[in-house]
Amino acid sequence: MSEERQVPEAEFRSYYGRPILKVTRWKEPHLPAYLFLGELSGAAAVLAAAAAATRRPALARSGRLIAAAAAYGGAGFLTAELGRPERFVNMLRVAKPTSPMSMGSWILAAHSGLVSAAAASEVTGQLPVLGAAAGLAASVTGPLLATYPGVLLANTAVPAWHTAYRELPLLFAGGAMTAAGAGGLAVSACRADRTDFDAARRLALAGAVMESAAGFGLERLHGLSGEPYRQGNSGNLLRTARFLTIGGAAATLAARRSRIAAGAAAALLTAGGVCAKFAVLRAGVASARDPRYVVAAQRGGA
Amino acid sequence: MKHQASVASRLYGRLDDVSGEAGYAEHPPRVGFFTDTSVCIGCKACEVACKEWNALPDPDAGVLKLSGESYDNTSALGASSWRHVAFIEQGPLDAGAPAAGGLSPADVLGPALAGLASPDSVAPATRWLMASDVCKHCTHAACLDVCPTGALVRTEFGTVIVQSDVCNGCAYCVSACPFGVIDRREDDGRAWKCTMCYDRLRGGMEPACAKACPTDSIQFGPLDELRVTAAARVQELHASGVTDARLYGADPDDGIGGAGAFFLLLDEPEVYGLPPNPVVTTKDLPAMWKWAGGAAALLVAGVAAAFAGRRP
Ligand code: SF4
Ligand code: SF4
Repeated sequence: MSEERQVPEAEFRSYYGRPILKVTRWKEPHLPAYLFLGELSGAAAVLAAAAAATRRPALARSGRLIAAAAAYGGAGFLTAELGRPERFVNMLRVAKPTSPMSMGSWILAAHSGLVSAAAASEVTGQLPVLGAAAGLAASVTGPLLATYPGVLLANTAVPAWHTAYRELPLLFAGGAMTAAGAGGLAVSACRADRTDFDAARRLALAGAVMESAAGFGLERLHGLSGEPYRQGNSGNLLRTARFLTIGGAAATLAARRSRIAAGAAAALLTAGGVCAKFAVLRAGVASARDPRYVVAAQRGGA
Repeated sequence: MKHQASVASRLYGRLDDVSGEAGYAEHPPRVGFFTDTSVCIGCKACEVACKEWNALPDPDAGVLKLSGESYDNTSALGASSWRHVAFIEQGPLDAGAPAAGGLSPADVLGPALAGLASPDSVAPATRWLMASDVCKHCTHAACLDVCPTGALVRTEFGTVIVQSDVCNGCAYCVSACPFGVIDRREDDGRAWKCTMCYDRLRGGMEPACAKACPTDSIQFGPLDELRVTAAARVQELHASGVTDARLYGADPDDGIGGAGAFFLLLDEPEVYGLPPNPVVTTKDLPAMWKWAGGAAALLVAGVAAAFAGRRP
């Protein structure tokens, strides 16, 4: 661990300890909530499409409804985050490949449209072929919606985010699978017949493994830029998240037989995913606030 | 291959015609600031002139705040502070009587002036560094790259401005700028920063700060010419024994493709609150999308695997 402090404390100089970067204006709970709901909607859409294709109607229905609800919730948090919410539509004024937020807005717009159509068809029973087609198309937009926020955060000057451009999309993809699996588990906890929901359980397990591994990867990030994932409030949150996720995975193993276990698994996995998003935001804030991180990353090549 | 090279130079590296690349077929030469901190006297005329010309509101809403950080109560660039004069006091302020018996003005004003004042003056016991900071108007401007609405644009002069009637306050630019320059005003919800007095440039005038600066610490002009002037100034200072003098942001091959507003500093950049070696974040954008694409594919594979097992 000796390479972690690339700039010895004594040599470090700054302007009255003031931050070099502006600390992000993205706030709690908006940003973490948006990240979580986006990944939930994204993976739920894929889950629904797969369930429809394999004739699991109950799971397909839950997936479609969850995907639509989460997309709207996410868009709401995103809009509330703006300094000028009434100008949300300006997000679609241009399509700009160098701006992950522009790309993400288009992905979100397309995805919301598709999952709404699929959910509307599901609820009303109208136009089932169109609904199924929209649902299938949403299994393309969904994974992008879930993982683009990794680029969104990494494409900043914030050391803890920029350095983590490999780990963040993996964390969000794993989190997406966990969240959608947890959604399925939650629905199954309310049902007597849970045969359709075997796939949701397996998805939750796979997601929990990936999410925990990516979280571990963040902690192991080389150099000072990884420090906020190991230390302080953000480090604690990330460890708590993993604890919750692993606990949720354990409960998932019993969820086939026990509705209580299914409900507990859903709650634990969801809490773990949300907690990880708060950890990521706070790690970014910590690394932007302390000029040490910026200087170390640029002098030591962290 | 040619096409690939042009995509890469859009994101990173040397870019000689920044306005042309932004789509201006005909345009005036790229202009900039050369801020020579070795002659700055800390009068803050630039801050005041900027505030006046651009009608910037008081970020502290009339409350007098003293930072306790030398003569600097502006503290940082921000949405309503587009020039910021930094004050750094170095050396022991009261380490007994200096050899020459009390601090001479030259001692206080730093080695640059001390060297000019008298060749055999003693090494200063203390020095003040003063530097007027500003938006760098980067060649590869991260703020502009990431802005999702197109509110941030490159002007015909090669500068970077926010169109406040377009900005929706998403604050992406705030986290992308490697210098911590641009910020959102919380009362009006939009992002603001130095425009290099775009309105004055359009009228053929120099920016208000450069006009007001009494020592020519802030010089305005075509960037090519400023770079030549600056290189000569560094040589002159080195020749007179000020070996600390260095340029910051003047190199078109650096991490941001060179700054439109660059500086002559007398110490390490971080001492002035500047990042030592900033690199535009979008340099890594292709790699970032690759990882996100890979993660998205893993997600699909994960779902497929979850459905692959036999039905119970
Ligand atoms: S210094 Fe910051 S705000 Fe100014 S052009 Fe560069 S990235 Fe944009
Ligand atoms: S806050 Fe305004 S200027 Fe900054 S990135 Fe968002 S829309 Fe563009």
